[in-house]
Amino acid sequence: MSTEQDRPLLIAGVEYRSRLIIGSGKYKDFEENLAALEASAAEMITVAIRRVNLGQDKDEPSLLDIISPEKYTILPNTAGCYNAEDAVRTCRMARELLDGHKLVKLEVLGDQKTLYPNVTETLAAAETLVAEGFDVMVYTSDDPLVTRRLEEIGCVAVMPLGAPIGSGLGIRNPYNIRMIVENAKVPIIVDAGVGTASDASIAMELGCHGVLMNTAIAEARNPVMMASAMRKAVEAGREAYLAGRMPRRLYASASSPVDGTFF
Amino acid sequence: MTIEITVNGKTKTLVAELSLEDLLLDLGMAKGRIAVELNGHIVPRSQFSSQRISNLDSIEIVQAIGGG
Repeated sequence: MSTEQDRPLLIAGVEYRSRLIIGSGKYKDFEENLAALEASAAEMITVAIRRVNLGQDKDEPSLLDIISPEKYTILPNTAGCYNAEDAVRTCRMARELLDGHKLVKLEVLGDQKTLYPNVTETLAAAETLVAEGFDVMVYTSDDPLVTRRLEEIGCVAVMPLGAPIGSGLGIRNPYNIRMIVENAKVPIIVDAGVGTASDASIAMELGCHGVLMNTAIAEARNPVMMASAMRKAVEAGREAYLAGRMPRRLYASASSPVDGTFF
Repeated sequence: MTIEITVNGKTKTLVAELSLEDLLLDLGMAKGRIAVELNGHIVPRSQFSSQRISNLDSIEIVQAIGGG
């Protein structure tokens, strides 16, 4: 198969065969999440870091009992942080929680309605985290200058949004995503905005190195089937990108020979 | 003398000073995948048994949950 010619996705020195990263939020239960994870063939899954509920049943399984850090790369996020300090603190807790695991998804939000990134705080947090030895995958806006700055700071992957988190509006600014990809030396992963399979394919056809999504799978009527669709969409988009699409023409170009007709 | 501490934003009264490990046992959290901050600083797991909990300490105990 042609995917065998593709190189694996390389993030912080680790090779991934899958270019799809999925989330663990909004699922009905852990089992549904795990089934979606398996159907998606993703090797990396995001988690959030939150207070333990003091009244909780101590024998009740936790997320990491079901989705094993031995089998999957756990990507702790800083969701819910609105300033650099909280985000850095969350990453330190995550690193301790995961026995020194350095990979984190940095997101510093600016506004509850749009969940757009607070870019100045994101830049500040990225500087601190890189200096502290974290491997930072960073969620940001689709601004080519900001993504370049985050790469210069030393982030291991830069993750521009396709549309607001959880909106399912697709890739709203494909030209910016293309500019970002063309000038990047680290993996560019579209994070947020994907609503359905074609959105994931579009991101990959633009040359993105991967796609991260949560709601598009978790809020589908059948999350496990959508996870499977997303696996295929990411693979199809990647292959289409590598294959190189035909040029767009305004007018038709016949596919059958013009010569040799008998009428 | 009792001491008063804050755990995950809730006030808790203890009859005496104890170790962080004992506190976690008391809370039923000693075995889980958790991380602990004491007064804003991470306490490595290896120091749970030696870390003393004192009056007015503020403790945060976190875990991984579903998120995107």
